[in-house]
Amino acid sequence: MNWKLYSLLKSPWVFHLSTGSCNNCDIEILDFLTPRYDAERFGIQLVGSPRHADILLVTGAMNRKAAPLAKKIYNQMAKPCLVIAFGACGCTQGIFEGSYAVAGTVDSEIPVDLYIPGCPPRPEAIIAGIARLISSIKEKKE
Amino acid sequence: MTALLFYVQASVAAAIIGLITSWYDRKLTARIQWRVGPPFLQPFFDFLKLLGKETIVPAAASRTTFIFAPLFGLASVGVVAAILMKQAFYPGTSFVGDLIVVIYFLAMPPAATIIGGFASGNPLASTGASREMKLILAYELPFILAIITAIIKTGTIEIGQIVSFQAANGSLALSLSGALALAVGFICMQAKLGFVPFDMAEAETEIMAGTFIEYSGPLLAALKLTKFMMFTVMPCFLITLFMGGFSSGIIPGLLKYIVLVTLVVLVKNTNPRLRIDQAVRFFWGPVTGIAIAAIVLAFCGY
Ligand code: SF4
Repeated sequence: MNWKLYSLLKSPWVFHLSTGSCNNCDIEILDFLTPRYDAERFGIQLVGSPRHADILLVTGAMNRKAAPLAKKIYNQMAKPCLVIAFGACGCTQGIFEGSYAVAGTVDSEIPVDLYIPGCPPRPEAIIAGIARLISSIKEKKE
Repeated sequence: MTALLFYVQASVAAAIIGLITSWYDRKLTARIQWRVGPPFLQPFFDFLKLLGKETIVPAAASRTTFIFAPLFGLASVGVVAAILMKQAFYPGTSFVGDLIVVIYFLAMPPAATIIGGFASGNPLASTGASREMKLILAYELPFILAIITAIIKTGTIEIGQIVSFQAANGSLALSLSGALALAVGFICMQAKLGFVPFDMAEAETEIMAGTFIEYSGPLLAALKLTKFMMFTVMPCFLITLFMGGFSSGIIPGLLKYIVLVTLVVLVKNTNPRLRIDQAVRFFWGPVTGIAIAAIVLAFCGY
């Protein structure tokens, strides 16, 4: 595995984007960063600017207002980067399915590397998901 | 040629010590918050990762300034590291007025972030840059007054002679005026490093990393590295000026460094962020007052 990807997996910086979630997923992400789960053990940091981020964490069903912005933010990120669709809404539209306000799912707008289902997913699920993502990328490269 | 080689060596050494110091900072912060904290190599991985990422120059940015500002800051802090290290390893090789040179070069990295922030064409970066500028105006006055105290006490503007004066007469921090000047220098160091309570220039929670917002990839790595090197150089500078320098051997020097860095991290973790007007009032009020008191005491011989 080349050093770029190796160091990226060792220090994934996360930018959190809400595209119309009910806010519960976002609170669960904050839980994940609290001392109890301590994401910094894995080098995970929440950053304020998409330019710094390696992982785009998208919560919520993609609503019509947010869809173009999500695309724009994805294009603003420095590559290589990964995208995670978070929560039942992010994966499949969840309870917002069929709503007139929803444009699609996260993966209909931007390429998604990992789905973390749940309504909302527990912090353990986030850790498990990211660990899976890292090991699957490692396997693919070998 | 040898000077250039020494400059490169000193920069690399300061960078490595800076990365280790930043790990110490994060680990200590984690322990204070009752967490486990990052592994030892984490800052190195962060740095390596940023080197491997794409560099984006925003369409609204002025290209040359945007790219060269971080490199400029990095190079300046390298000069300070070289001067201080040369003094520490080869005593007697300093030149008259190197203290003045160090003061100027220490003002460069914040200036470089301001230039880079304005050049990026982002409104939040401009806000951050203007805050940084006010902060510089605020802390530079007491910082220089504190250094003047050391100059008055020792009667020289040569770092080597300041150290040898302290080796002969005991470190400056043991006298009243020296202790006050050290306290002022410490507070100014906190602001120069951009740490809480003076991190309003890059307040993540309100202006999203401020001056750094548009930087990505290797340029962001250069900015971060400049910060880490400042984190090494500033405590070393204060130790050299007020605490007897590194002439007394590796272990006492290292202990002094660790004590200062630990204090910085503790202050950082136990304070909320000030507003920019509060910071300016703080520096021009009490801090400058203490610095002037230190100068008066130094003139009276205390
Ligand atoms: S998945 Fe559940 S918790 Fe998350 S945004 Fe959708 S409805 Fe809310």
